[in-house]
Amino acid sequence: MTKVLMKGNEALGEAAVRAGCVHFFGYPITPQTEVPEYLVKRLPEVGGVFLQAESEVASINMIYGAAGVGVKCLTSSSSPGISLMAEGMSYIAACELPCVIINIMRAGPGLGGILPAQSDYFQATRGHGHGDYQVIVLAPSSVQEAVDLMTLAFELSETYRNPVMVCADGMIGQMMEPVEFDREGRGPPLADNDWALGGADGRERRIVNSLYLTPEDLDAHNRKLKAKYDLIAERERRCDLDAGDEPADLLVVAFGTMARICKSAIDLVRDEGLKVALFRPITLNPFPFSELRAAMDALSERGSVLDVEMSMGQMLYDVRLAAEGSRAIAFYGRAGGVVPSPDDVATQIREALST
Amino acid sequence: MSAHLTEVIMAGFGGQGMLLAGKVLAHAAMGLQREVSWLPSYGPEMRGGTANVTVCISDEPIGSPFVDRPLGLLVMSRPSLEKFGPRVRPGGVIVINTSMIDVGSDRDHDCVVVAVPARKLAEVAGSERAANLVMLGAYVGASDVLPVDAVEASLVREFEGRKARFVPANLTAFRSGVELGRSARQGSEVVR
Repeated sequence: MTKVLMKGNEALGEAAVRAGCVHFFGYPITPQTEVPEYLVKRLPEVGGVFLQAESEVASINMIYGAAGVGVKCLTSSSSPGISLMAEGMSYIAACELPCVIINIMRAGPGLGGILPAQSDYFQATRGHGHGDYQVIVLAPSSVQEAVDLMTLAFELSETYRNPVMVCADGMIGQMMEPVEFDREGRGPPLADNDWALGGADGRERRIVNSLYLTPEDLDAHNRKLKAKYDLIAERERRCDLDAGDEPADLLVVAFGTMARICKSAIDLVRDEGLKVALFRPITLNPFPFSELRAAMDALSERGSVLDVEMSMGQMLYDVRLAAEGSRAIAFYGRAGGVVPSPDDVATQIREALST
Repeated sequence: MSAHLTEVIMAGFGGQGMLLAGKVLAHAAMGLQREVSWLPSYGPEMRGGTANVTVCISDEPIGSPFVDRPLGLLVMSRPSLEKFGPRVRPGGVIVINTSMIDVGSDRDHDCVVVAVPARKLAEVAGSERAANLVMLGAYVGASDVLPVDAVEASLVREFEGRKARFVPANLTAFRSGVELGRSARQGSEVVR
């Protein structure tokens, strides 16, 4: 299939259609507005439904309803809008319904700014709403990967009947890169299943509900969910390692756009003879703990770790968990929409290696 | 960094067509099976009226689409020249729109600097709105970023369909830029 030059946001929309998504509910917010802008034109062409809701709260509840009747559906927002969707995500996860949520992260907290950030890591991986639930979180670092992960997001959401979040930053959303789609036209709908609502004529009625007033029942429900999350953690970890010349003296850990900038920085310092590796989590939840630990174990004896994020240090906590104290961990982060440049990161790498 | 990596920043005010010029270049590179990225500014800068784009072209997958020190710079306005001019790597190309900028560049000693009366040449070509493509032509002529015919083909594709009537003036504008770029390159003491 031929490659086309597309903006990340538009490519995400097209990838959703090709994954079989025909229902979109959302509310505009920079820097993700090109997702709905693209789908408002595209969805009618494939017989789909585009609906601009009156708010993010309404959007996520429309998703709740659409997913409940077994429709492949998508919503998209940016950081403050995702906060508003938190309650709905908890309900959808509780009811074990499949859906995909895009977060094109911008700088926070509060209204913050509209430039790229990665400061929703805690929000995405540690929960948005209340209760013991998790969503699968995928973090692309290029427009092509955004497309590939969008396809995967719909697959995973259906397999595990769970919300999946594609978590990118404003840079991925706004940037154009060549992309290739692995299928033509609109993808298949959800497979036949035994949970979607749609009228109980001729069959036993089904119930989508998250209210369990009997504590033992709710305990059992939580255990069932936990078993599912454990299975996801076992099976669905994804990451990318550029080990370089082994054993490296420094392991840089970064995700999304930041990982690409780190890659350019690492190319610069490798030319100076420094031995630096790069680890990039692709699934932020489940986090690739064992893979990261193995990469740390492969470092030289005094090798250390540098975690780089467009936040004040959120993934850092998972990096520390993976290390379990086995390696010194330095951190470099910028916030507010300041994107560290390859030169900035190269300086941090040299510093980390000289201490 | 890859020897085959070219990064160019194109900067101007909104409506001057820098984003489009970047798109034409990116599409041309894609047609030659090169890796490309096109990253626009979309933040408060844009709200202030400036519209910049960074295009990276490489034989290898592109690392950072965000660039500190580009190899090429096209500037439509003086604030952009002041902001990005000092960052261009030695041996690079700087294209300055002299219709809007009344100062030169102090980078003549280590860069190919092309002074382009973009609006005037665009008017001569038949469309004052084609100043962006005069600038792009000057850049392509002064650098070895891509073959001229590949960029021309991309330009024609960009104006396919209803906009096809704009092609002749735009092509003329582009070519007048290429000529200016080529002679600036030949006249420059900077060997790339």
